[in-house]
Amino acid sequence: MSEDAAAATRPSPLHDEHVALGATLVPFAGWSMPLRYGSDLAEHTAVRSAAGLFDLSHMAEIWVLGPDAGAFLDRALVGSFAGMAVGRARYTMICVESGAVLDDLIVYRLGDEQYLVVANAANHDPVLAALTERVGDLGVSVEDRTDTTALVAVQGPRALEILQATPGLVVDGLPDLRYYAALEATFEVDGEPLPVLIARTGYTGEDGFELFVDAAATGVPLWRALLAAGEAFGLVPAGLAARDSLRLEAGMPLYGHELDLTVTPYAAGLGRVVKLDKTDADGAPLEFVGRTALYARAHSAPARVLVGLVGDSRRAARQGYDVTTRSGTHVGHVTSGAPSPTLGVPIAMAYVTPEASAEGTELAVDVRGRLEPVHVVPLPFYRRPSA
Amino acid sequence: MSEIPTDLQYTAEHEWVASGDPVTVGITAHAADALGDVVYLELPEVGDAVTAGAVCGEIESTKSVSELFSPVDGTVVEVNGAAVDDPAMVNADPYGAGWLIKVSVTSSGPMLSAEEYATLVGG
Repeated sequence: MSEDAAAATRPSPLHDEHVALGATLVPFAGWSMPLRYGSDLAEHTAVRSAAGLFDLSHMAEIWVLGPDAGAFLDRALVGSFAGMAVGRARYTMICVESGAVLDDLIVYRLGDEQYLVVANAANHDPVLAALTERVGDLGVSVEDRTDTTALVAVQGPRALEILQATPGLVVDGLPDLRYYAALEATFEVDGEPLPVLIARTGYTGEDGFELFVDAAATGVPLWRALLAAGEAFGLVPAGLAARDSLRLEAGMPLYGHELDLTVTPYAAGLGRVVKLDKTDADGAPLEFVGRTALYARAHSAPARVLVGLVGDSRRAARQGYDVTTRSGTHVGHVTSGAPSPTLGVPIAMAYVTPEASAEGTELAVDVRGRLEPVHVVPLPFYRRPSA
Repeated sequence: MSEIPTDLQYTAEHEWVASGDPVTVGITAHAADALGDVVYLELPEVGDAVTAGAVCGEIESTKSVSELFSPVDGTVVEVNGAAVDDPAMVNADPYGAGWLIKVSVTSSGPMLSAEEYATLVGG
């Protein structure tokens, strides 16, 4: 958090807005981003009860363009994209040949020959390099537009009303936009309608939208308009601390915690994103990066599985802590953990042996030298009331 | 730059100490800000012996956890039950209502002045 560390990071296109709002800025994946504006608990609660406004401009936006774009993504990623409808989004992963996860991604199809791949900021370089390398002789170009894109998210039960109440934001069919779908809209800046891509996606467990815009022309005015329009609905700006506690309650994995180059999608309980039976345009089985290893994994018992843990005492498990049986035999490790603001108990995600993974299994976590009792629960910890 | 009252003494582990008998101990505004919203305090009990430089409690926020190091040798004579019940007091008023323990001192540990503490935290 020193001045030196901040100087070595890139500012968000909304940096001056965060400073004016009194944000605590921290280095995050090479960027300087808001950790919190005031109280991280209040920001967390606002997203659950009303709405929060997040700056996610550090995320990587990589466009895949060309006649072979769909076929290329089918070969480069574990999911199936050539047959996806325009305007839809899909959660997926990019793996290496060993089947390990290089990153988790959201892929949007925005035209017949246009896809947008959104990757984690920390994995911008390896994902861009892997995609570029996997192009081969296909008719496709991979374009990194991270630097020219601002991404803001409005998340929470009042999100739809807030977007509808935002002056200058013109969008048809927003209430009918499905979860994991996107549409083109405009936002007026100085009388000129500028393009906005609105997706009904998020990372909080609430309803919400993510808005991709031009960083220089649209980022700041859109941020200000959303903040002003949202105030009457209880919207507050929210930082990375709230984002992390919200996604943990929602049981969503975070790269570097639940996902990394030591796990496959199957271990993470996300084997459903791997389409082993993909075919090419001629109906022949399609080889994609990691398929051979993932096929073997899909047909063998995992060495460890991702589970949810709820604490039976007050002290919270944190990333890296050992998970044991109640008598102290090692069975795994914690990947994320915190006192849940919504549930009022400590929660954690952990990789444990299959024998220790059944719902209700009584385990313990070594919390700084003292075993704290926990039990295994199904994920997510929190599900929004309407879902 | 967070507040560092000049009438208190400090430790390198971000505790403050108000002189007197007993002394009052809390964590600094700098430490509270770095933790974020405090949601759980684990403090020693009245009558517990504490040792300067040794862990005597924990301060947990949603984002992280910090150990409380006793700044002095002595015996705990009072624990701030109101702050245990409402740990947000530690963020709201770290030098006042958010105090943590009172200790009857037998021997003091190494302390920093407000000026020295300000230098330590990059003031």
